[in-house]
Amino acid sequence: MENTKLTNKERLAIPPQKMPEQEPSERIHNVNEVPLGFTEEMAVAEAERCLQCKNAPCVKGCPVEVNIPVFIQFIAERKFREAVDAIKVTNVLPAVCGRVCPQEEQCQKPCTVGKSLKSVDRAVQIGKLERFVADWEMAQNTAVTPEIKTETGKKIAIIGCGPAGITVAADCRREGHTVTIFEALHKPGGVLAYGIPEFRLPKKIVGREVDNLVRMGVELRANMVIGKIYTIDELMENGYDAVFVGTGAGLPVFLNIPGENLNGVYSANEYLTRANLMQAYSFPNTATPIARSKNVAVFGGGNVAMDAARTALRLGAKNVYLVYRRSRDEMPARKEEIHHAEEEGVQMNYLQNPVRFIGDDKGWVSGVECLLMELGEPDDSGRRRPVPVKGSEFVIPVDTCIVAIGNASNPLIPHTSPDIKVTRWGNIIADEETLKTSKKGVFAGGDIVLGAATVILAMGQGRRAARAINEYLATGQW
Amino acid sequence: MNTILEKEFLSPQVFRMKVEAPEIAKKRKAGQFIILRVNESGERIPLTIADADPAAGWIELVVQAVGATTKALSEKKAGDSIIDMAGPLGRPTHIEKHGTVVMVGGGIGIAPAHPIAQAMKAAGNTVISILGGRSKELVIMEDKMRAASDEVIITTDDGSYGTKGLVTDAIQKLIDGGRKIDMVIAIGPPVMMKFVSLLTKKYNIPTQVSLNTIMIDGTGMCGGCRVTVGNESKFVCVDGPEFDGHLVNFDEMIQRLGMYRDLEKESLDHACKIGLDR
Ligand SMILES: Cc1cc2nc3c(=O)[nH]c(=O)nc-3n(C[C@H](O)[C@H](O)[C@H](O)COP(=O)(O)OP(=O)(O)OC[C@H]3O[C@@H](n4cnc5c(N)ncnc54)[C@H](O)[C@@H]3O)c2cc1C
Ligand SMILES: Cc1cc2nc3c(=O)[nH]c(=O)nc-3n(C[C@H](O)[C@H](O)[C@H](O)COP(=O)(O)OP(=O)(O)OC[C@H]3O[C@@H](n4cnc5c(N)ncnc54)[C@H](O)[C@@H]3O)c2cc1C
Ligand code: SF4
Ligand code: SF4
Ligand code: FES
Repeated sequence: MENTKLTNKERLAIPPQKMPEQEPSERIHNVNEVPLGFTEEMAVAEAERCLQCKNAPCVKGCPVEVNIPVFIQFIAERKFREAVDAIKVTNVLPAVCGRVCPQEEQCQKPCTVGKSLKSVDRAVQIGKLERFVADWEMAQNTAVTPEIKTETGKKIAIIGCGPAGITVAADCRREGHTVTIFEALHKPGGVLAYGIPEFRLPKKIVGREVDNLVRMGVELRANMVIGKIYTIDELMENGYDAVFVGTGAGLPVFLNIPGENLNGVYSANEYLTRANLMQAYSFPNTATPIARSKNVAVFGGGNVAMDAARTALRLGAKNVYLVYRRSRDEMPARKEEIHHAEEEGVQMNYLQNPVRFIGDDKGWVSGVECLLMELGEPDDSGRRRPVPVKGSEFVIPVDTCIVAIGNASNPLIPHTSPDIKVTRWGNIIADEETLKTSKKGVFAGGDIVLGAATVILAMGQGRRAARAINEYLATGQW
Repeated sequence: MNTILEKEFLSPQVFRMKVEAPEIAKKRKAGQFIILRVNESGERIPLTIADADPAAGWIELVVQAVGATTKALSEKKAGDSIIDMAGPLGRPTHIEKHGTVVMVGGGIGIAPAHPIAQAMKAAGNTVISILGGRSKELVIMEDKMRAASDEVIITTDDGSYGTKGLVTDAIQKLIDGGRKIDMVIAIGPPVMMKFVSLLTKKYNIPTQVSLNTIMIDGTGMCGGCRVTVGNESKFVCVDGPEFDGHLVNFDEMIQRLGMYRDLEKESLDHACKIGLDR
């Protein structure tokens, strides 16, 4: 094994491999993926940077505890098949997580290499390696359909086909249960399909994962809005023995300032749904329109705001301003996405906050009045609280605004199943380990429980819920 | 896939179709709608469930071809299918015995008014229906509305049928004639609903309107369908489609409906030019 020949010092001397990317000037004119992927050589070189730490701090940083040193060692040995299999023991969607996990906050944060080189940016690029082997597997076309145990005849209904629902479906189907996913939209994938843009997560990756489920015998029913077509009680009366609620955090939060219903003011959910799910970037070849904007302001500082801003550029906007009320350091978006947005020309307006939208005589937004902010004392979250600077009002001329300040939980399921207990904010209350809700036979996980969180956390909960569902169906014990 | 069982034109632009949708047919109540997509590149559009037969497993849609999607739908024939259909969506109409209910249906709005008239009558109300259209051929479903009502009044803008005038004139006449009206339900073009609401407000007659904003998901996820009701922003797809007409900001709603006017025209022209089945 060539890997063992290197000393730790030599490993630390290998520079982090730079994944090739589409040039910013080019990529803002297309919707194709921005990072192009490692070559085999790059992947092996990157894998050789790993010190194979005994205590593997990286694993503790990963919400689903992917066995990181093991899969990286396989890459170093060019055993890519084994590497994928090692990841899939705990993570069924490596092609997705490798792309969208906030690695610098998770697995890569505690990495010994990053610590030794005094920068998390120089840690082993675990996510990019994960992506590499997942893509390798796809290119080989060797994805094997997992083995399904003998049919149990027990039926499980999964509500919502996002990462949480997909994970539960796979794990419960493997156990031999009959699994049906009910999805409200016409396409599966949840946020992966309607929210995260093609240039960050190609839709064919999501499509493949869902095809895999179908090949395993999972039934997928699109266009089924649970709570409307059937309530959870009705599903159970119709013979479902257990129900998993993975409906996500699909309720847009607005700013609640004057002028918000002017034409041209969107929620990020609407803007991204039009662009991604409905493929408005191909309009008029596709039928769903989206504003043709010149000057766009996006409000927020998370991944959703970055996605909206970068989408607006790709749809032809000249100026895209990202208006955030704190400073760059406090932005919750992934570092890589902030960097990409800056490279592409998104203009960062830090320490500013909108106070009202201004309309023209045709009812279209023509400007947004903002206030300058300064950072005061730390708040509950430990971040310094932004406070407005008196008399600092100014107007940004815009024709489109996108509000990306967060998502709350959609009340459809709790309203139609009042025996499922929710928090003050409308999130379903579920046991941390078993994801059991207050209603017998009903489990819940993902954003509907966590609030707007991450793909990997949703999958982690899906994992645990599936384990508990399988146990419940085996023992009948609640 | 939902197969089209029957299709018929009621006027040059308005058609009705029965579509196979057994689960929706069983579940739907008056006032609810579906969202459909005609084909793979298609838009999601909302349409009211005008009628349904739970035993036979179909729902009926009555549609006015106004743009790219509704035109594409109008070109579908019996035996064709619709790729996506989700529903029933929205809250059902609250049906109770009010006394005398005036149902106002304007143009295509007569179709959604029909199941509500039926239900209101079944609940013991006296139902007076006012059907309005720009001209005679736009007054649809007269027979069905007669069967569901105690009295039917017809108005046309050009006087080609019924009384010449607007539906608001007919309501005014009822009021002037001393008829006690307990409830008005108005469904039709936003401008019509606005003026009906302004009129009934003067006389303090409770008024419900059914709003037809632009929608995408229909599940409360995007907020594109929002309107101001009272001082609050409401999502028509989940909080509605029916609201207290006296509280709705119609001017804002009408403005929002025009948001894509230029692009919609472009979409239609494009579809015609390249012969897209949209
Ligand atoms: C624009 C955007 C960018 C993001 N970027 C990142 C990122 O870079 N990295 C990251 O880790 N996370 C990111 N996130 C967060 C991440 O996508 C979510 O945390 C994750 O998708 C949650 O998964 P879920 O399965 O709980 O729900 P969702 O993905 O929201 O899926 C829920 C599904 O349930 C369906 N549904 C809802 N109600 C019903 C009903 N009544 N009946 C039937 N179906 C229903 C919905 O249509 C949806 O398909 C992003 C989110 C957004 C919006
Ligand atoms: C809850 C609900 C129920 C509805 N029920 C019916 C129904 O039973 N029958 C029916 O024919 N229509 C109904 N509509 C309206 C229907 O959804 C629109 O006519 C349709 O979306 C137009 O799509 P299009 O692509 O054909 O036209 P577009 O190209 O989108 O629009 C063409 C023209 O119609 C106008 N328009 C667009 N959307 C609407 C709208 N929602 N209401 C009024 N005008 C609009 C546009 O401003 C434009 O001038 C309903 C709408 C809602 C919200
Ligand atoms: S912490 Fe870093 S160096 Fe150590 S095993 Fe994990 S990835 Fe390798
Ligand atoms: S799943 Fe996410 S956090 Fe875990 S190892 Fe992979 S990229 Fe890192
Ligand atoms: S249509 Fe999206 S929230 Fe109503």
